[in-house]
Amino acid sequence: MTTRDILLWVVLPYVAGAVFVVGHLWRYRYDRFGWTTRSSQVYESRLLRAGSPMFHIGILMVIGGHVVGLLIPRTWLEAVGVTEHAYHLVATWAGTIAAVLTLAGLAILVYRRRTVGPVFLATTRMDKLMYVVLGATLAFGTAATVMFQVLGDAYDYRGSVSPWVRGLLTFQPDPALMADVPVAFQLHILCALALFGLWPFTRLVHVFSAPLGYVTRPYIVYRTRDDDRLGNRAPRRGWERVERPGAPR
Amino acid sequence: MKVMAQMAMVMNLDKCIGCHTCSVTCKQAWTNRTGVEYVWFNNVETRPGVGYPRGYEDQEKWGGGWVRNKRGRLKLRSGGRFTKLAHIFSNPRLPEIQDYYEPWTYEYDTLLSAPQGEHTPVARPMSLLTGKAMQIHWSANWDDNLGGSMETMQDDPVLKQMSESVTAELEQAFMFYLPRICEHCLNPSCVASCPSGAMYKRAEDGIVLVDQDQCRGWRMCVSGCPYKKVYFNHKTGKAEKCTMCYPRLEVGLPTVCSETCVGRLRYLGLVLYDADRVLEAASVEDPAELLAAQRSVLLDPHDPEVIAGAEREGIPRDWIDAAQRSPIWSLISTYEVALPLHPEYRTMPMVWYIPPLSPVVDVVTGSGNDGEDARTLFAAIDRLRIPVEYLAGLFTAGETAPVTAVLQRLAAMRAHMRNVNLGTEQDPRIAASVGMTAAQIEGMYRLLAIAKYEDRYVIPAAHAESAAALEETATGCSLDVDGGPGMGGGGRFGSSSGRPVRAAVETFHALRNRQTADKAAGPSQPTRVNLLNWDGNGAPPGLFPPEPGHDGYGDGPEAGA
Repeated sequence: MTTRDILLWVVLPYVAGAVFVVGHLWRYRYDRFGWTTRSSQVYESRLLRAGSPMFHIGILMVIGGHVVGLLIPRTWLEAVGVTEHAYHLVATWAGTIAAVLTLAGLAILVYRRRTVGPVFLATTRMDKLMYVVLGATLAFGTAATVMFQVLGDAYDYRGSVSPWVRGLLTFQPDPALMADVPVAFQLHILCALALFGLWPFTRLVHVFSAPLGYVTRPYIVYRTRDDDRLGNRAPRRGWERVERPGAPR
Repeated sequence: MKVMAQMAMVMNLDKCIGCHTCSVTCKQAWTNRTGVEYVWFNNVETRPGVGYPRGYEDQEKWGGGWVRNKRGRLKLRSGGRFTKLAHIFSNPRLPEIQDYYEPWTYEYDTLLSAPQGEHTPVARPMSLLTGKAMQIHWSANWDDNLGGSMETMQDDPVLKQMSESVTAELEQAFMFYLPRICEHCLNPSCVASCPSGAMYKRAEDGIVLVDQDQCRGWRMCVSGCPYKKVYFNHKTGKAEKCTMCYPRLEVGLPTVCSETCVGRLRYLGLVLYDADRVLEAASVEDPAELLAAQRSVLLDPHDPEVIAGAEREGIPRDWIDAAQRSPIWSLISTYEVALPLHPEYRTMPMVWYIPPLSPVVDVVTGSGNDGEDARTLFAAIDRLRIPVEYLAGLFTAGETAPVTAVLQRLAAMRAHMRNVNLGTEQDPRIAASVGMTAAQIEGMYRLLAIAKYEDRYVIPAAHAESAAALEETATGCSLDVDGGPGMGGGGRFGSSSGRPVRAAVETFHALRNRQTADKAAGPSQPTRVNLLNWDGNGAPPGLFPPEPGHDGYGDGPEAGA
């Protein structure tokens, strides 16, 4: 185990993770007004209508696949009857479909962003950087899948990458697991770490605003005075109301 | 019965001259910022015409408002909760900016910087979306008056619903203006469409607002509103809408559009309504009954039971008083001359309109008859089927009877007041024929024609103890733009990030004191003056350099040099 291994597979993931968590908390406290999808649909609808659902459905499948492949141990899946062969078949097929959807969607969206004048003008430098890192992550991930899972003889990442990820999450990191992982996978992971570090400072924060509460809340929202509040949001720490004894509220 | 208060507006269309002062002052106050260049919280449409955005009333296309399903329940026309979430990646009903118009500025700089040449330099229009030179094809009032009305009139969704081709006749007889703001509906479909729950109805006065901190830019409200009065700020990525100038209402002032209305045609006041009955009234089966259902939701503020109910709900006594003096209640329920805009959307809109009698009067006088004679006018109202049908398409879901009744009352008022003013013999049959008394007609005349400021605007100020609670985060300072004189400027994630500045009651009073004070406001030390903040009141210290022998002479930036 070299210093390089520790830096890449222990220090870097934890730094990226810390930036990810703290960055989101900080952004939510400081910049709730800037927390938005920044949709550009009012500029252009036709291309978006094709690209955006493709990309988003694809990427949701990708996330689901990563959760199953990385976080759920092989033994658990085998316990419920998912054999190695069945897993590989599903992962390769579903993974390929998801990758095609995601990459095709992203291609349409990036093309739209570059060629439609108002959309290009509304693109920030952070957006561009995010597109590069996101695109690279997706490209290396797809390349690794195609090289090893589709054409090659099925690299067993569930024996190396997955335990490494679970080790990071349980604070028992084991960089040795990553030492012999193929370069395509390594690059994919490094790009993903960079993406996690960038995440809180980009428009990707909208992922954490998925409006699932809409399904259960009443249609019409009323807001009224809450006696404990001065405004519509709770008083921030250090700015609570001071009560004078006997003063009318 | 759950009594709630609602701030509502009535506009008397007979008096609208289409001057757009309301639109312009509203824009100056609220939407003179980047990202909302194309947005007019208040706009004035020439009707018949396509409106703004173009053809917004075609709900087959835009899917705004509610529909009643087979089981008698209301559902959002563009789909329920799961449909909305399924369309969240791309909203199929969202209007593009081109449906409003592409905002532009002019290349003014060339007027100054062009080299000397044979031709006078011109300022070309430059798109504010692409930054490139553009051709202007459409704008907020492209079809204003007759500027293209005949070209585009066929596309008016209200006209399309009227059976035959009637445009030729309309051209001769009929044109009026329709000023529109957000309807602040009792059953708002924009609020229901918002996945984030960022839009809400203020429980105190029913104003519908967008919480800018909670809006995530899913843009379902834009398509959910059948009046297309929620707009997408393309710079901040958040929804914005008419706020009914709540900072002004809270201190007892009318909205900017009302205050500046040249024709004095707007009325502002409170109505009390039964919140428990809103959904039931919005769900009546026959659209023709929606007007009556909506009227029945409003509660008589003089009824002791209603007063007791209002007190139980904690509505302050002076608000109940204001509801009793409310011109809105008088126009909707006492005189029954105000009608809601498109009740068939089932949102229970709370900006009502008095339909214009002037097209009828114009026809009568144009044909050489007496335009102030009750019988002539009544006959003309009956005969002029097309204007009445058109108005019915706007205000009563196609039922002509209520429109005819309103026009007859206005005609009766005209005839009656001529007799009064000429001192001729009163004809009690005129008032009786529209089911009113002479005293009632004169009362209506005072409200509609004399229209004193204090009669038009009956606005109870927000209570000091609730003012802070009402203080809202929906809108930042309109001066707070790129390089603007407002506070802060850009946040760390671009010009739209960071916390918005609150519009506060205190700020309002401080500004007014400053503007009306005798003395110039400013620091007591000699200092530099920011001319952008100078209110033109006197010469604050530091406006001119200190004179020799006075404090601060020679303290300028070069003092140490």
